[in-house]
Amino acid sequence: MTTATPTVPAGTQATGPTTRAARVRKRLNSRTATLVSIVIALLWTIPTFGLFISSFRPEDQIKTTGWWTFFSDPQFTLENYQEVLFSSSSSGQLASYFINSLAITIPSVLFPLAFASLAAYALAWINFKGRDWLYIAIFSLQIVPLQMALVPLLKFFSTGVTVAGVQILPAWDLVDEQKFAQVWFAHTCFALPFAVFLLHNFISQLPGDLMEAARVDGATHPKIFRTIVLPLITPALAAFGIFQFLWVWNDLLVALIFAGGGDETAPLTVRLAELAGTRGNEWQRLTAGAFVSIVVPLIVFLSLQRFFVRGLLAGSVKG
Amino acid sequence: MEFDFAAEQPKFLMLMYGLIAFVAVVGGLLLLLDVVPAWFARRRDERLVAAVASGATLPRWRKPREGLIALFFLLPTLLFLLVGLVVPAIRTTLLSFMDKDSSNWVGLANYSWLFSEDSIVRVLINSLIWVLLVPLAATAFGLIYAVLVDKARFEAVAKSLIFLPMAISFVGAAIIWKFVYAYRGDGDQIGLLNQIVVSLGGEPKQWLLESPLNTFLLIVIMVWIQAGFAMVVLSAAIKAIPADIVEAARLDGVSPWQMFWQITMPSIRPALIVVVVTLSIATLKVFDIVRTATNGNYDTNVIATEMYNQAFRYQENGQGSALAVFLFVLVIPIVIYQIRNLRQQREG
Repeated sequence: MTTATPTVPAGTQATGPTTRAARVRKRLNSRTATLVSIVIALLWTIPTFGLFISSFRPEDQIKTTGWWTFFSDPQFTLENYQEVLFSSSSSGQLASYFINSLAITIPSVLFPLAFASLAAYALAWINFKGRDWLYIAIFSLQIVPLQMALVPLLKFFSTGVTVAGVQILPAWDLVDEQKFAQVWFAHTCFALPFAVFLLHNFISQLPGDLMEAARVDGATHPKIFRTIVLPLITPALAAFGIFQFLWVWNDLLVALIFAGGGDETAPLTVRLAELAGTRGNEWQRLTAGAFVSIVVPLIVFLSLQRFFVRGLLAGSVKG
Repeated sequence: MEFDFAAEQPKFLMLMYGLIAFVAVVGGLLLLLDVVPAWFARRRDERLVAAVASGATLPRWRKPREGLIALFFLLPTLLFLLVGLVVPAIRTTLLSFMDKDSSNWVGLANYSWLFSEDSIVRVLINSLIWVLLVPLAATAFGLIYAVLVDKARFEAVAKSLIFLPMAISFVGAAIIWKFVYAYRGDGDQIGLLNQIVVSLGGEPKQWLLESPLNTFLLIVIMVWIQAGFAMVVLSAAIKAIPADIVEAARLDGVSPWQMFWQITMPSIRPALIVVVVTLSIATLKVFDIVRTATNGNYDTNVIATEMYNQAFRYQENGQGSALAVFLFVLVIPIVIYQIRNLRQQREG
């Protein structure tokens, strides 16, 4: 004991300088790292920032000078937004398309969310024959590109189902805003494999004792699902909800095919892609229009980033 | 024509119908699942009571039919998947062996067209360039940034800024970058890239018209979007490396370089593979960027845009379907690779 005690202060004396040096080195390290990473992050943001600044500049300014001249010669206007949102159809009329985007997105998030959580519960906690095979089948549907389904699905909507000359299901025959239903349907189908997979990841990890206890108390499956499972998986539901929201709001391909191009049903993305093609040099419209389409997902994303990242990690890493 | 709010009313009505349908379907299903088993249980009790009262032998108690309940839970999902994905995918495969209006069988004609038509071969080469470059560049950048930001302050803010493009639609991103690449023949440049070139003494160019450079410029857009995804996943993996391993290595006096290659890289390998695989699949299906930025002109076409053009613009169902099937076939080896990797991890 007595021989050991002197070694303690000796040890701290020996390690003291090195840790101090290490601490200094670490601080220096972290200072360069901080600087470099912030510079890169700012560079990364410049393209978006340029678009944002431009959307507030008058038309003749946007078309003749770069957006960086804004800082030496600031001219500010909201006219681009006014024009692109509310005026004649040739210049955008994006307000109308904004409503379409909303009308498409809300049900396209709710349906897969509800269906997939029901299915994921059954696949995780109800015992039936072939359960594992069914899960594997749904899981592997994730790899089917949605391009594989587009042509027949459109045909299904427009002409119904005919087997050997007998009409089994009629055509949907939807017009104008009724076409939203087609888009909801398509988005729901395409989202389900991933939704089931993600929610199953969460639901199957709930403690089995909890379910067992509820079963012993005589709770039925629907009751367990509603009162125990749903409240526990809200973070997972939020994660998938954000995913699906961003996916549907930002989607172009599905909307292009199932919603058509008119102002009755087409979402913002379709309209913007059209403007970029036909009016590629009308930057006062494109910049403001792009920002109108970006702002909603940006708000959702920034306010719910926590859930989004958690979902991303659960979905990709546990694989 | 001024914006007229009243004209938008049918849309809200339709949205309301959709929501009502949602409540009806989901609520109805849950209610059904609640009521029906309860009814069966009550009937069983009644029969039990009757049997006891009459002194007859007790009826055999049957286990509640779990499978039936599971079926109801799974019904909507299975129905939608069957109608919207499984059957259409099979039909697309069949259509790829038929002619443009799907009335005659043509054998492998659509597939031989795929590899013989010059413009389509160009499309396949472009897709190959995309799928080789995007995962590589995005993952490399994401990894470097994740390592860098791990030691930095303001980590959350810096990560958010890199991650932000994930929230922007591909269409929006394409417009943002078209603006960067914008070209003006006379006067001041309005595009950032041309401005930089001019201020360095170069000649401004119409970037998106110059093949093969334009394909690479479109790839930049995709990398800009996806690097954030790679960074977030890899950053989480780096943070999950046990602290004692890092500490032990540090005590052994390894250099940062050795630390990266001998500690960090092996530890995050699984996450790295997941990122590369996910990005490869996403890149194969890229559609919006190319369509918005160049509409596939000037030799920038890729498989997904060509598939859209064939099937929905030229009404060539056979050729469009063949492209879709080809896309699917390209995805399969990537997925098999990932499954094998996962299995190795579980065994190892």
